[in-house]
Amino acid sequence: MRVLVCVKRVPAPGARINITADGQAVDTAFLGFTMSPHEECAVEAAVQLVEQHGGAATVLTLGPAEADEQLRYAASLGVAEAVLLPIDGPDWDPQRTASAIGEAIAAIEAADGAFDVILFGNESADSGGFQVGIRVARALGRPIVNGIKGIEIVGDGTSLRARRDAESGMEVYELPLPVVLGVKEGINLPRYPTLKGRLASKKVAVALMPPTAVAGGQQMVTLWQPTEQASATVILGTGPEAAPAVVDLLEELGILK
Amino acid sequence: MNVVVVVEHDRGALSSASLEALAAARPLGAVLAVTIGAGADLLIGQLAAHGASTVHQVHHDLLADYGPEAWGEAVAQLVTLLAPDAVIATGTDRGNEVIAHVAAILDQPMVANCTAIEPAADGGPWKLIRVRWGGSLLERCELTAATPLLTVAHHAFEGSPSPVEATVVEFVPELDASLARSMVIDRVERAAGVTLGTAPVVVGGGRGVGSPEAFAPLEDLAALLGGVVGCSRAVTNNGWRNHTDQVGQTGTRIAPDLYFACGISGAIQHWVGAMASKKILAINTDPDANMVTKADYAVIGDLHKVVPAIAAEIRRRRTSTSVLVT
Ligand SMILES: Cc1cc2nc3c(=O)[nH]c(=O)nc-3n(C[C@H](O)[C@H](O)[C@H](O)COP(=O)(O)OP(=O)(O)OC[C@H]3O[C@@H](n4cnc5c(N)ncnc54)[C@H](O)[C@@H]3O)c2cc1C
Ligand SMILES: Nc1ncnc2c1ncn2[C@@H]1O[C@H](COP(=O)(O)O)[C@@H](O)[C@H]1O
Repeated sequence: MRVLVCVKRVPAPGARINITADGQAVDTAFLGFTMSPHEECAVEAAVQLVEQHGGAATVLTLGPAEADEQLRYAASLGVAEAVLLPIDGPDWDPQRTASAIGEAIAAIEAADGAFDVILFGNESADSGGFQVGIRVARALGRPIVNGIKGIEIVGDGTSLRARRDAESGMEVYELPLPVVLGVKEGINLPRYPTLKGRLASKKVAVALMPPTAVAGGQQMVTLWQPTEQASATVILGTGPEAAPAVVDLLEELGILK
Repeated sequence: MNVVVVVEHDRGALSSASLEALAAARPLGAVLAVTIGAGADLLIGQLAAHGASTVHQVHHDLLADYGPEAWGEAVAQLVTLLAPDAVIATGTDRGNEVIAHVAAILDQPMVANCTAIEPAADGGPWKLIRVRWGGSLLERCELTAATPLLTVAHHAFEGSPSPVEATVVEFVPELDASLARSMVIDRVERAAGVTLGTAPVVVGGGRGVGSPEAFAPLEDLAALLGGVVGCSRAVTNNGWRNHTDQVGQTGTRIAPDLYFACGISGAIQHWVGAMASKKILAINTDPDANMVTKADYAVIGDLHKVVPAIAAEIRRRRTSTSVLVT
């Protein structure tokens, strides 16, 4: 089984997300980088599929040269191959990102054979466009369902059963391979890299495929933080002695009747 | 201006987000609502009450249940036929998914989760505000498109009645039988009961709780108040609790009357899932924790001592009132 997983390098902010003075980007001066939790789970799902059904997994990203870090993180967990679509400057819009990724996948498949399963995150952590995976699947002519929280290969490896949450419960889909899925956090519990995995990931050769896609119709103008009501926190007390004050509050709020 | 609104429903039950999408569309022009599947035919009354002057009912065997590819194809064909000035859908899992399919089919841009929509003036771009980082950040963006395809962020527009007379038009798309490949084939219905998203009280625990067993006092407090337990991603990542309990950007958005945030630092990705709570009470050893400084109320101290003390005080008052009553 050949499995591809697409991830995006994003900053990992803590208490707040600071914006650069020109309003054009998140100020990453004091931040580490990561990928969306949905994508971490997609990487774990890719590794599990290969563990269960043989074959190999590949990770792909479109981003700056530094996104090498996210590719090697995936490699440290058991992904065998890594592909970087290097870009300079600001993020590409979703249409442009999707067409570049679609073209790269087509080129990889022409050389090495089709992927049976391609995994995306449900949405990227930062821009959250909810579309790159769907555009890529459509371009490849493959079925896609987003929001997937469970997968299982069925029918002698010809199809895949996928589950997702809906308001009224779980929806179940059965999709023929090759298939594309948008994965949500909760589908699995991602493993942590082992020391051996980390060392092995340093040796993975990252394939560079410079993208050429043209810009789409969505143009970011500026970013800012939503205004928050500054609230003076009422300190009800310190330690267990505060319990009566807390319960007074519960009564006042009508929570304790 | 004609604006198509793709109505979200689950086998004929209208979602509240659909009313918000109708409210977002109304100021722009005539609202053409689109319902997919015969199961939604009965929605005409509700849609007209919210300002839809035309209801396009899309009928096809392959639309009997939800299928993202088939829904997307059907909407794309109708949009091609009607050539509206914009298409608006709900910024929900389904709404975003269907519009992304439409965007891919028509090779048009799509802007997800808008909070403000300003149509193009004099052939310029549409001016939009949308949310990023699950709502922690706002973005102003410009959209240049033959047919603007937008979804609206939850709670950005208020659904309110604005009754008109609706004309009903049937549309039968041409759908290839192969689209059956991505239709819902089965369902597991959720058991009735309080869920994290709807609970009146949520008792949330973070890394400070320390272990799966140490959630027992939080469970106890939640049960006393008719609420449920929630948690941070540090907790789910450690395998202490199931992801279904996670509050935040990649978990559940909660909106209880009161959220107890115990041993949670208040990272922005957690906060964004909790900020719709009416009141927040933080319990933390660190008076400078973000959760403490942003909360309405706080107790500074060890949650392992504070939480059981609150439960004990509730029990004490309950017994003394029942003694008074008898
Ligand atoms: C893209 C992205 C998405 C994310 N999505 C989510 C999400 O959906 N939900 C989420 O929660 N996180 C999410 N995160 C992770 C988030 O950034 C934080 O890492 C996480 O919320 C931290 O969890 P925590 O507050 O429990 O742990 P910590 O940050 O470690 O905080 C522990 C707190 O417990 C306090 N404490 C310790 N001991 C005690 C004690 N005995 N009594 C009282 N207080 C004590 C400490 O003072 C501290 O404030 C996401 C991150 C990224 C990058
Ligand atoms: N620059 C990128 N490189 C690789 N994958 C990406 C990139 N941007 C988005 N994706 C993938 O597409 C998914 C959806 O992204 P989005 O449409 O931005 O919400 C993400 O979760 C990733 O799996």
